[in-house]
Amino acid sequence: MSTVAGNNPLSARATPPGAPDGLRLRVEQASYAYAATERSAPKFTLGPVSLEARERELVAILGPNASGKSTLLKLLAGLLKPLSGRVEVDGEEVSELELRTRAQRVALVAQESELLFPLRVWEYVLQGRYPYGKRLRFESEADCLLAGNALAQVGADELRDRWMDQLSGGEKQRVILARALAQQPSLLLLDEPTQHLDIGGKVELLRRLRKLADEHRYTVVVVTHELNLAAEFSDRIALMHKGKCLRMGTPAEVYERDVLQQVFEAPLEVEIRNSGRPRVMLGGNR
Amino acid sequence: MRPLTPAKILSICAALAAVLFVEVVVSLQIGAYHMGARDIVVTLYQGALGHWDAMPGEFKSVIFGLRLPRIALGILVGAALSTAGAGFQALLRNPLADPYVLGVSSGAALGTIISLIVTPHAPGAMQGAAFVGAFATVAVVYFLGRRGGQLDSATLLLAGIVAASFLSAVIMFLMTTISGRDLRGMAFWLMGDLQSDPRIDLRWLYFLLIVAIGCIFTTSSDLNLMLTGEQEARHLGVNVNRVKLVVYICASLLTGLAVSVSGAIGYVGLLVPHVMRMLFGTDYRLLIPTSAIGGAIAIVLADTLARTVVAPSELPVGAMTALAGAPVFIYLMRRRMR
Repeated sequence: MSTVAGNNPLSARATPPGAPDGLRLRVEQASYAYAATERSAPKFTLGPVSLEARERELVAILGPNASGKSTLLKLLAGLLKPLSGRVEVDGEEVSELELRTRAQRVALVAQESELLFPLRVWEYVLQGRYPYGKRLRFESEADCLLAGNALAQVGADELRDRWMDQLSGGEKQRVILARALAQQPSLLLLDEPTQHLDIGGKVELLRRLRKLADEHRYTVVVVTHELNLAAEFSDRIALMHKGKCLRMGTPAEVYERDVLQQVFEAPLEVEIRNSGRPRVMLGGNR
Repeated sequence: MRPLTPAKILSICAALAAVLFVEVVVSLQIGAYHMGARDIVVTLYQGALGHWDAMPGEFKSVIFGLRLPRIALGILVGAALSTAGAGFQALLRNPLADPYVLGVSSGAALGTIISLIVTPHAPGAMQGAAFVGAFATVAVVYFLGRRGGQLDSATLLLAGIVAASFLSAVIMFLMTTISGRDLRGMAFWLMGDLQSDPRIDLRWLYFLLIVAIGCIFTTSSDLNLMLTGEQEARHLGVNVNRVKLVVYICASLLTGLAVSVSGAIGYVGLLVPHVMRMLFGTDYRLLIPTSAIGGAIAIVLADTLARTVVAPSELPVGAMTALAGAPVFIYLMRRRMR
């Protein structure tokens, strides 16, 4: 399996041989609390949360604002260390990985990327090769090839010589995704990537993420507010509510009318489409 | 895609060094005692080889005794301030950051003056005190420049301006305790002055300069990522806290070095890195060395002009850099606000 990934620079790294059944991400009873000191009570507590994600899976984390989605994502990225429990990527505790090793395994696409000085698209995408470089990190031809491949993979090949600050929202999002792919991670995390996109851009992005998971074996975890897009494109959904993972399962298992109404405090209706995937609509009692 | 290579950095630096050399030769010609460019180059060559007996005595005293020490000091100060400016711009994520604008130079100047009053004859005390002054000022301005836990660009600049004016007031207060004989020299020094003090050992200062610039240079690929945001740099594997500490210490040291020997020369740290960005792009692996050489070029030029435009009298070099730098600062600020 590892030779496949080695020969194909467009794909995620192979799952390590010891991992059972392509398991990439394993969160076991992980919890976290902000501002917990001896004298003050914690402002926000997450968990304990458990979830798993395998190779080629797209997992969506859903929930209203302040439900703990972003905190969970930071735990998955290793930016926060869980107070209890474990967060493992490829069988290793992610918050204890050396910084560059972690960046080789996990790529996090943040909500926004604010540049201090103008940068060309290719320069930006090449930054994704940083975790692989030595001191001063002069990029090799192989790095350029991989960055070029990453741009092609998100359909942004023609943007390579443009300036970052002259791109539209959708174009910028694709380039940011390309930089994450240039990291060649096994786990791709995205924090509300659809936030600044129109509906066409949202569908296109989710379709692309689905394709990356299916064809290139990435494990993709997306935090989003888009209930219907998540139902359409994800394999599994973690529904967060007040710092707890209320439900975890396939979209059809998680999308129950009563549960959604309780979590989102809105009159939502759920119907199951012919494809077997649920669709959420606004109910009658508006 | 044409990524940066060491060969490209070396060739650009060599070209800038050649410009600096020509400028130094031109600058060495200026003065009451006239010398041709050929004589200067030959004398420099003989000096570099240590053939002191081969050159005429007056050439030796004019070039190595009078003019070259001043130019060497200018090169040191220019390189130090420009690199410190480029470092502060990345560290504070503010394109308008500069040791002078942020009040760091005033902090270093205060340190120098305190050391002059308390320990006037201790070797290296001025540099040490200037470093402490710069270091403490950055810390204060950094904390005052935060709003809601985040570094705010405008608040940071305001904090710098307030710190500079407060520190200047303290400096004025301390200057009243200094005897009238030293006062004029002190006032001139405060505006930025390259009259070299024969007690200063330039070799030590150059050693510290190269070490500090070298340390910042080793973080340059990290700084590239930090320009896109600290959080993102962390995601990509940058040890952000270590990089910030290195740049903070080294940029403060460079400011301290420059101010302790030449006073508060303004705007070089702002102007030069921006010009280098316009010429060669924003990559810090190229920006740090080109800013260092570019800063040297700028100060030697400013000093040459300061000595010639009102000859036989002369201006403080800080006045020349402020004349050029202040309009550029306004231009950059307006462009950013648009």
